[in-house]
Amino acid sequence: MPSRTPSRAGFFALAFALLALFGASPARAADDDSVRTILAQLRDADFDGKTEMIEKLVALDHPRIATILKALSDSRLYYQEEGDRVVIGLGDAADIAIEDAVSGAALGQVGKRDLDRITANNRLRSLIEDRLASLGLASADPRQRKAAVEAFLRNPDPAGAERLRARLAVETDSGIKELLWLALALADLASDDATVRAKAATALGGRMETEIRGPLARMAAEDGDPAAKEAARIALARTEFRLQMLGWAETLFFGLSLGSVLILAAIGLAVTFGVMGVINMAHGELMMLGAYTTWLTQQWLPVNWSLPVAVPLAFLVAALVGIAIERGIIRFLYGRPLETLLATFGVSLILQQAVRSIFSPLNRSVATPDWMSGTILLGPLEVTLNRLVILGFCIAVFALLWLALQRTRLGLEVRAVAQNRAMARAMGVRSARVDALTFGLGSGIAGVAGVALSQLTNVGPNLGQSYIVDSFMVVVFGGVGNLWGTMVAGLSLGVANKLLEPWSGAVLAKILVLVFLILFIQKRPRGLFPQRGRAAEV
Amino acid sequence: MRLPPWLLSDRAGLVLLAILAIIGVGVPVLNLLAPPDHPLHLTAYTVTLLGKYLCYALLAVAVDLVWGYMGILSLGHAAFFALGGYCFGMYLMRQIGTRGVYGDPVLPDFMVFLNWQELPWYWHGFDLFWFAAVMVLVVPGLLAFVFGWFAFRSRVSGVYLSIITQALTYALMLAFFRNEMGFGGNNGLTDFKDALGFPLQADGARIVLFVLSTLALAGGYLACRWLVSTRLGRVLVAIRDSEDRARFLGYRVEKVKALVFTFSAMLAGVAGALYVPQVGIINPGEFAPLNSIEAVIWVAVGGRGTLVGAVVGAVLINYAKTWLTGALPEVWLFALGGLFVMVTLLLPYGLIGLLRRREATA
Repeated sequence: MPSRTPSRAGFFALAFALLALFGASPARAADDDSVRTILAQLRDADFDGKTEMIEKLVALDHPRIATILKALSDSRLYYQEEGDRVVIGLGDAADIAIEDAVSGAALGQVGKRDLDRITANNRLRSLIEDRLASLGLASADPRQRKAAVEAFLRNPDPAGAERLRARLAVETDSGIKELLWLALALADLASDDATVRAKAATALGGRMETEIRGPLARMAAEDGDPAAKEAARIALARTEFRLQMLGWAETLFFGLSLGSVLILAAIGLAVTFGVMGVINMAHGELMMLGAYTTWLTQQWLPVNWSLPVAVPLAFLVAALVGIAIERGIIRFLYGRPLETLLATFGVSLILQQAVRSIFSPLNRSVATPDWMSGTILLGPLEVTLNRLVILGFCIAVFALLWLALQRTRLGLEVRAVAQNRAMARAMGVRSARVDALTFGLGSGIAGVAGVALSQLTNVGPNLGQSYIVDSFMVVVFGGVGNLWGTMVAGLSLGVANKLLEPWSGAVLAKILVLVFLILFIQKRPRGLFPQRGRAAEV
Repeated sequence: MRLPPWLLSDRAGLVLLAILAIIGVGVPVLNLLAPPDHPLHLTAYTVTLLGKYLCYALLAVAVDLVWGYMGILSLGHAAFFALGGYCFGMYLMRQIGTRGVYGDPVLPDFMVFLNWQELPWYWHGFDLFWFAAVMVLVVPGLLAFVFGWFAFRSRVSGVYLSIITQALTYALMLAFFRNEMGFGGNNGLTDFKDALGFPLQADGARIVLFVLSTLALAGGYLACRWLVSTRLGRVLVAIRDSEDRARFLGYRVEKVKALVFTFSAMLAGVAGALYVPQVGIINPGEFAPLNSIEAVIWVAVGGRGTLVGAVVGAVLINYAKTWLTGALPEVWLFALGGLFVMVTLLLPYGLIGLLRRREATA
């Protein structure tokens, strides 16, 4: 086996120096060279010599060291006679791909027989593992440091603890400092000294990571020292408390999410029923039209762009259908609410069957855009992104509607007609036009709600039916003619539903909420926030 | 025999009763006596179908009593219908005895399937016919009374009442869908064998059930007609037309309303109890809000506040439904929806109203 000659090393040094002139950083080039030198010695050394070389490599602070040591530990480090270089083998076949150990450059496929493996024994391997951990801790890249501490958290050992303590003294990144502190406290839990254990347990109270709860629970159950045991018990209780709070926060979020759906479904109704006093049983079907509009836009547009287009389209479709219903049917029935209820129910049946005939009775799958899928961390709380988006969307729709009613001319006219039709007409408000537009507004919002619903439930001909009872309940609970009441009612019903669910199951929770509402309406027939004054009499 | 004046003046009612008497006798005769190849022969299927229509008609009469005369649009009357049906269905379940799939002498099949060890307390007594028959009246009546008493006392009226009656039936539907309720969950109660020892599948039992339905409808009609002709009936109409005025005149409006609402629910319960053995199944789908609203449209088509119109509407629409769902299933919901719109827009007094107007102008 030919050994590496100094002249060749000199040549390489020259080559790399030249390379450095053409752009590679000088520090890197110099380091590469010293790594090569040590690797050359490593190849020929016995195990004691190898130990020394490994220590030297670790001292070098070169980006490839971790890879090289890992390869050595895995028996994937070879000497290639042709080219006189140390390479790393990738894979385990007879012909393997290799890369230069120092530069990482791919060197193609070679037969395994042309390579000499650089061997390692178990003592070397454990040394490498230990050094790799320190190397990670000392790395300039914070992500690698973090990974090193996390590796320790998964698999703590006393030797590692010393390294961590050393690192903690010099660490500057606050996130990693925190993690280091955590890891050290965890290591202290295994200490022989009961006071150290108790102190660590107290410090760890309230942490929710499973890696910590496990050892703490063990300690609370079987620690020999009563003080340490008590400390662990208290720490655990604090953790339990925080977990419970987190559970409540989660329930609250789910409740708000359900509430936002209820509000979206009910808010259009709050306009048609609350402001105009018209019972529109086809409201659910207008939502269904909105959902189908979303599906249709996704047939033409990429999924990620479909929703921003679907929202105005759905508004338009539902609003036009709504205006048609108002002009064609409802305007003949003003002042006869029960008849309106029946007629619009007929419309809902027709719309359902129309969709069933046109789009088939099967459910259509509406895709979720990338920017709405997955989860996101809100503090310690992990929430699904689509529910969060819909919550925000609900608030936006509510704000827009409120502004439209309070700050635009149409809104003013709508409120005027709602309060006193005859007077408004006398003042020159064209009440018929206002009726049609108000109904169109409420219907359009139903369509927009349908876009949101298409992201949460199946889009089928029965989509609207399942929401109609709920949305009427929300409006009545909140107080007819009161948008804020609808908001409060929707959110509180959503949260109440989710609070009951773990205790009673989903269906029973729904039944209980319905029964509560039925009883509530007996007690306060005008809802949570009744309209007062003259408007209430109309 | 002299007819009481309230019946004598009710010409449409007399026609209805006459028709009921004719079919009550004629249908069994045509089924039993006409040979099977005779053109006038009625199959057992047709007899059962007619019996079903009569049950619906009784439900419609119950709806008309509260809507047409008292002005309460109940969107939950199917709940009372279904509760009556469940009560009688429980009796029929208990009659199956060891003939069920699992052969348990006491527990119905679905309870054995759910691994229940003993009968829930509310199933006790339903093995007795008289107890079940009483419950058919008591359960819907009690629910209607409690619900009505609270709702009417706090003066919930108009669309609010409609919406909470709808919520009531919706909540009941969700509840009965749960297996834990002990009413067979999704599948409901079915596989009935016999009642009072007579096998339900036999033609004779079907004839008897048909005749019973005819009698129940006639009885229900007479009771309602009598009720609305009494002083109480006048008060009902007064409440419908101006509730506040009736109250100021000193009538206890909420009591009257609760009473009549309860009576109407009992009628609906009887209709449900007769319906279940004829169709052979009762499941939570009967509580669906759509069913209640359909019952309302029967009344609207026939003409509200006429009682006869309710019967006419129920039979006509259900006949159309049977025919259309068979021949053109796509069209049925269009037709029903269109009917809702057309009747409310163009026929506010229904078919009977149309006839009366013809008479008045002629």
